[in-house]
Amino acid sequence: MGLPNVSGDLSAEMEVDAFRRLFPLRFYERHLSESIRPDARPLGRARDTTLALGAVASADGSALAKIGSTTMLAAIKMEVMSPSTDSPDEGCIAIDFHMPPICSPIVRPGRPVEAAPVVSKQLSDTILSSGMINLKELSLVSGKAAWMAYLDIYCLDADGALFDAALLSAVAAFSHLQIPIVFLNDDGKIVVVSEEGEGGKLDKEPVNKEKRKLTLRSLPFSLTCILHKNYILADPTAEEESIMELL
Amino acid sequence: MMEIDRADGRTPNQLRPLACSRNILHRAHGSASWSQGDTKVLAAVYGPKAGTKKNENPEKACIEVIWKPKTGQIGKLEKEYEMILKRTLQSICILTINPNTTTSVIVQVVHDDGALLTCAINAACAALVDAGIPIKHLAVAICCCLAEDGYVILDPTKLEEQQKMKGFAFLVFPNSIHSVLPEGSLLVEGEPVEHGIITSVTHGLMSVEEYLKCLERGHAASAKLSDFLRRSLKLQLPSDSSKAK
Repeated sequence: MGLPNVSGDLSAEMEVDAFRRLFPLRFYERHLSESIRPDARPLGRARDTTLALGAVASADGSALAKIGSTTMLAAIKMEVMSPSTDSPDEGCIAIDFHMPPICSPIVRPGRPVEAAPVVSKQLSDTILSSGMINLKELSLVSGKAAWMAYLDIYCLDADGALFDAALLSAVAAFSHLQIPIVFLNDDGKIVVVSEEGEGGKLDKEPVNKEKRKLTLRSLPFSLTCILHKNYILADPTAEEESIMELL
Repeated sequence: MMEIDRADGRTPNQLRPLACSRNILHRAHGSASWSQGDTKVLAAVYGPKAGTKKNENPEKACIEVIWKPKTGQIGKLEKEYEMILKRTLQSICILTINPNTTTSVIVQVVHDDGALLTCAINAACAALVDAGIPIKHLAVAICCCLAEDGYVILDPTKLEEQQKMKGFAFLVFPNSIHSVLPEGSLLVEGEPVEHGIITSVTHGLMSVEEYLKCLERGHAASAKLSDFLRRSLKLQLPSDSSKAK
């Protein structure tokens, strides 16, 4: 069909946007040969990253992370539960990653995205195996009560490098997390102290006196890169991810 | 360096006994069963079928993977395996030959005794060959497990995975090429194709040197695996022609 000729003849006359839509790979390769990308980033540079802690006031810990346009909101809610018998003095973390339809035109309500459970599992694997959190810190009364941290991450805008932004927001949410004050009442149950002062009427000793933070050890950090022919691009956008094959 | 003792008496570099059989399901266009020791996986290929899924590129063939666990419901783990398998198979298939078609690969876990993902990749590859889907080269998968003291052991069993797992890596390499064409045409950037790597999935904490050690051990073992694969896929040919209806 003579496609190469077509693009060669028209490229001088076609608008940049049209060329970008019709021949995306050629458009990108023209840029890569000059060692730059369409958004004026050099090949090894990541996009501007911002992080805001405490984005969700009602959660025990939360963070909003933005890498370029990719936006992730992470929030942690703590609940008391009884620990399992094979690890009686350890708490538990449940991590879930959601991609609601707001994040991208390819996500439609009702049809779950392929990427969401995969990123969710990779996130839990990374956070649990990196040793960032010592689960023993989440224990309250050994064998009877421990904290369960529910971490939910919502993708608000999917523009490439989803795992990086999600991991960043998860780690930030954990760093912002403050474990609420609880006390043990007569039935042996743990009761959470509510914010509005019960003041001096507390005749029972709180199990933890003040809101404490978790100590985080090694923080995991990730960078997504794409290998395309001879070029390695760091932190790809969604457009780059969809045209270049090797992630 | 001390030798590490493995429960079944293998050396750190030794793989479990391999078995591969093709054309076991008669309705599927291609099928294969692959077992490494007690881990056994069955793979079936249906395709190419017309049409691609909604968000896929119609100018290329599409590969769809369905992973069926032995017991339990399909959860995130299965979805992750599906995505890894899909990406791996996409890079070995020649996708431009049959554009706008879908090839379905269904993987059924028969028994899981460690190194499940590698077994599945090998089975899927053999099933693709059995179905006659055009592929550039075969994929050979190896699982390397890193023990606490820094030893790399290949092809762990389930027990070894649970006890020793400081980290493990699933590596997929292209198989060695025996060809009638002259040497020069097979080199990619001056290096033979089999020095490349297709997929690498790691779990757990490991340092860069440990990862590179896993890579070179896995690479050395992949040569043996690819010979086995080649032999087992060749043998079936004479009997196949007599089965033609």
